[in-house]
Amino acid sequence: MSAIFILILFSLLVAGGFLIAFLWAVKSGQYDDDYTPSMRMLLDDKPIAEERKTL
Amino acid sequence: MLKETKVAEATYCYHCGDSCPPSPIIFQEKAFCCDGCRTVYEILNENELCAYYDLEKNPGIKLKTVKPSAHFSWLDSPEVAAKMADYLDERQTHITFHVPQIHCTSCLWLLENLHRLCDGIIETRVNFLRKEVFVRFVNEKLTLRQVVERLASLGYEPDLKLEHLQPKNRTNPYRKFYLQLGLAGFAFGNIMLLSFPGYLGKVGAGEEMFFGLVSLGISIPVLLYSASDYFRTAFQSLKHKQLSIDVPIALGILALWIRSAYEILSHTGPGYLDSLAGLVFFLLIGRWFQNKTYDRLTFDRDYTAYFPIAITRISSEGKEERIPVTQIKEGDKLLIRNEEILPADSVLLSLTAALDYSFVTGESDPVLKKQHDLLYAGGKQTAGAIEVQAIKQVSQSYLTRLWNQEAFNQDENKGMSTLVDKTSKVFTLVVLVVGFLAMAGWLFAGASMGEAINILTAVWIVACPCALALTMPVTLGSAMRVLGRNKFYLKNIGTLERMATINHVVFDKTGTLTDREGAKPQFEGEPLNRQELSWVAAITRQSNHPLSRRLQGIGTSDTELSIITAFREETGKGLEGLVSGHKVAIGAATWADPATVPALEAISGSQVHLVIDGKWRGRFVLPQEYRKGLSTILNTYIYKGVRLSLLSGDHDAEKGRLQAWFGEKAELKFRQSPQDKLAYVHSLQQGGEQVMMVGDGLNDAGALQQSQVGIALSEGENNFTPASDAILDAGAFELLPVFQGFAKSSMKLVKAGFFISALYNLTGMTIAVSGMLTPLFAAVLMPLSSLTTVVFGVTAIKILSWRQKL
Repeated sequence: MSAIFILILFSLLVAGGFLIAFLWAVKSGQYDDDYTPSMRMLLDDKPIAEERKTL
Repeated sequence: MLKETKVAEATYCYHCGDSCPPSPIIFQEKAFCCDGCRTVYEILNENELCAYYDLEKNPGIKLKTVKPSAHFSWLDSPEVAAKMADYLDERQTHITFHVPQIHCTSCLWLLENLHRLCDGIIETRVNFLRKEVFVRFVNEKLTLRQVVERLASLGYEPDLKLEHLQPKNRTNPYRKFYLQLGLAGFAFGNIMLLSFPGYLGKVGAGEEMFFGLVSLGISIPVLLYSASDYFRTAFQSLKHKQLSIDVPIALGILALWIRSAYEILSHTGPGYLDSLAGLVFFLLIGRWFQNKTYDRLTFDRDYTAYFPIAITRISSEGKEERIPVTQIKEGDKLLIRNEEILPADSVLLSLTAALDYSFVTGESDPVLKKQHDLLYAGGKQTAGAIEVQAIKQVSQSYLTRLWNQEAFNQDENKGMSTLVDKTSKVFTLVVLVVGFLAMAGWLFAGASMGEAINILTAVWIVACPCALALTMPVTLGSAMRVLGRNKFYLKNIGTLERMATINHVVFDKTGTLTDREGAKPQFEGEPLNRQELSWVAAITRQSNHPLSRRLQGIGTSDTELSIITAFREETGKGLEGLVSGHKVAIGAATWADPATVPALEAISGSQVHLVIDGKWRGRFVLPQEYRKGLSTILNTYIYKGVRLSLLSGDHDAEKGRLQAWFGEKAELKFRQSPQDKLAYVHSLQQGGEQVMMVGDGLNDAGALQQSQVGIALSEGENNFTPASDAILDAGAFELLPVFQGFAKSSMKLVKAGFFISALYNLTGMTIAVSGMLTPLFAAVLMPLSSLTTVVFGVTAIKILSWRQKL
């Protein structure tokens, strides 16, 4: 049965990691604007090169 | 060949999408409607940013005027920069601009690639819904003024209002809430997993101890952080000798945690920590529903959002300079251009001025002023530029003082819900009494003190009004979303509750019942030339008929034209006269020679026929200047027995017409000052009426605040609206009575939800009093009751909105 102690402590460690990731995400403002990123992801990063080709 | 067809097809501006003049400006095989659009294209082309045009079709914004470079000179002042910036140090400036022109993916792309166009900008980020751009730039390479000028040169001129000079808090207020919710969810999941083995069967004492201690550890941040708001509000309401819904919630949470901690530490049981975490988690979910906000709307705007940030001052040497309005001093000479707002009380130096005070006083016609007249702040100049001399600072001016009056800012705990308040008062007393009675009963029956305290805490735990507290936010929160979809935006759920009780609706006239833009007359027939239009303007200026007044602005009339001979007006028919030797007749179809008037399709609104030198030229169609559906709305209210009133700052020329619509019993008041409006609403409330005010201007602001529900009507999401409880899009004006019916039905659903949660509480308390409450039972019953109310609230509103076709 002692395996359960280690397993639980380990799982809490993993869960705690995710919790810290969440806290960081909120604190760094990732939840402030939940609309614009959905538009931004459709944009290409480097349209310059493309522009050159078509010209 | 290919080139030619391309140009022939492109009759729309490549940049802004407007139709081009007959000979458009051709640049690199692309057609542009004006030099401004071409210049923007050139800038983007040089910097290889033409992907702007690939993302959306004709995304550009037409530049209205090419502003002189002195326009933004006031931004060079370091104090202004310091006040406007979010953050400023020697090397960098962080600043957020409001840019109402943002409308598509291309805008987003261009603004976020500004650093490629403008050396010195490190980063730009767009918040699309708020229409804001955050800019970070290096002070060495750029100044604030250059950044604004660059944005303006691309058509994205920031909207700079006085409010941007005031201290602001830029961090999102919901960050803390997300943290609380995330933490509670984390604890809920983990504690439940740890409690589960105990529910399934026998667990060794060592494991139980271990699980309990781990759970206790996880529960501490829930108690101290996630649930902290409930303790704070409960404490506050007790301090004010009130029993709000948060009091029994805080009591339940405390009872749960203390009892659990005791059981775990004394090895007497597993405790109720899973119920505790679940309870807090569900409560926060309910708050999430309730806190539905509209990013693009602001409900608490004041005059600073209406005033411009900068104004042109004429220095003693006669030079024009732009200064922030806060720096206006008594005696300063100011230049107010056409369409600019006068920020401070002044004396007119120019010969005449025509100021539009419709937003401030409700008068529909511009007020004509002569030299040396006193001008109050807030008017918008409508005819050319004027020079004025300020006699007061902005902070001392009429509008500012009006706003700062206490009556205009009072908020009599409007956010508090009366229904929940009443219910929770009874509820808290019942819970306290039942708890102590049960404890006394068990002591009387011979139980030990420990057992009796167990019963007491069990009652308090199970009676925790989680479901009760959830019903209202979830049901009304969903209802608020339905209304938001229909362009009626509420500030909070309390507004919806108060809407259900309204029995008196007060309307403002100018801008609320009438279209602010004042639908322009359309001419049907052979197009008139400039001269003919000026004749129409000249002759209609002779008449005071409402339709004539609306036609006066159709053309410019020279002074020589104002000499009209043989003028004749016949009531109900029309007018005629000789203008520059031409006989111009204007009026009903019967006014013209019936033989010359062709058969025309019938239209709603008014029509006026035009005859020049005996020849029928066509008709002017004047769309109804009152909002569509106004009589339907008023009839619905009259039918439902809701009393109606009208408060207008305007003259009473339309009284007869309005009285017919509003009904005999309705009180129509004209020439009302902002204070009069407020006082009238207050007097209605003294008489026990529940008042809803619908208005749109600064002159309604006090009455909107005073009434139970203040609704600001808005022509567009970006337009200024005074502080209010709700913002109604002008397009949804017709639906107002439907919205109110919806609010009433929603409140009935809330009461049904209360009933369901009361049933759960009754069951739970019976079991607790009889001493049979186990952690497993609590862990099932409490989340179950919460879930039932959530599901009930959401589905019921869904069905209701579907049935009412909202």
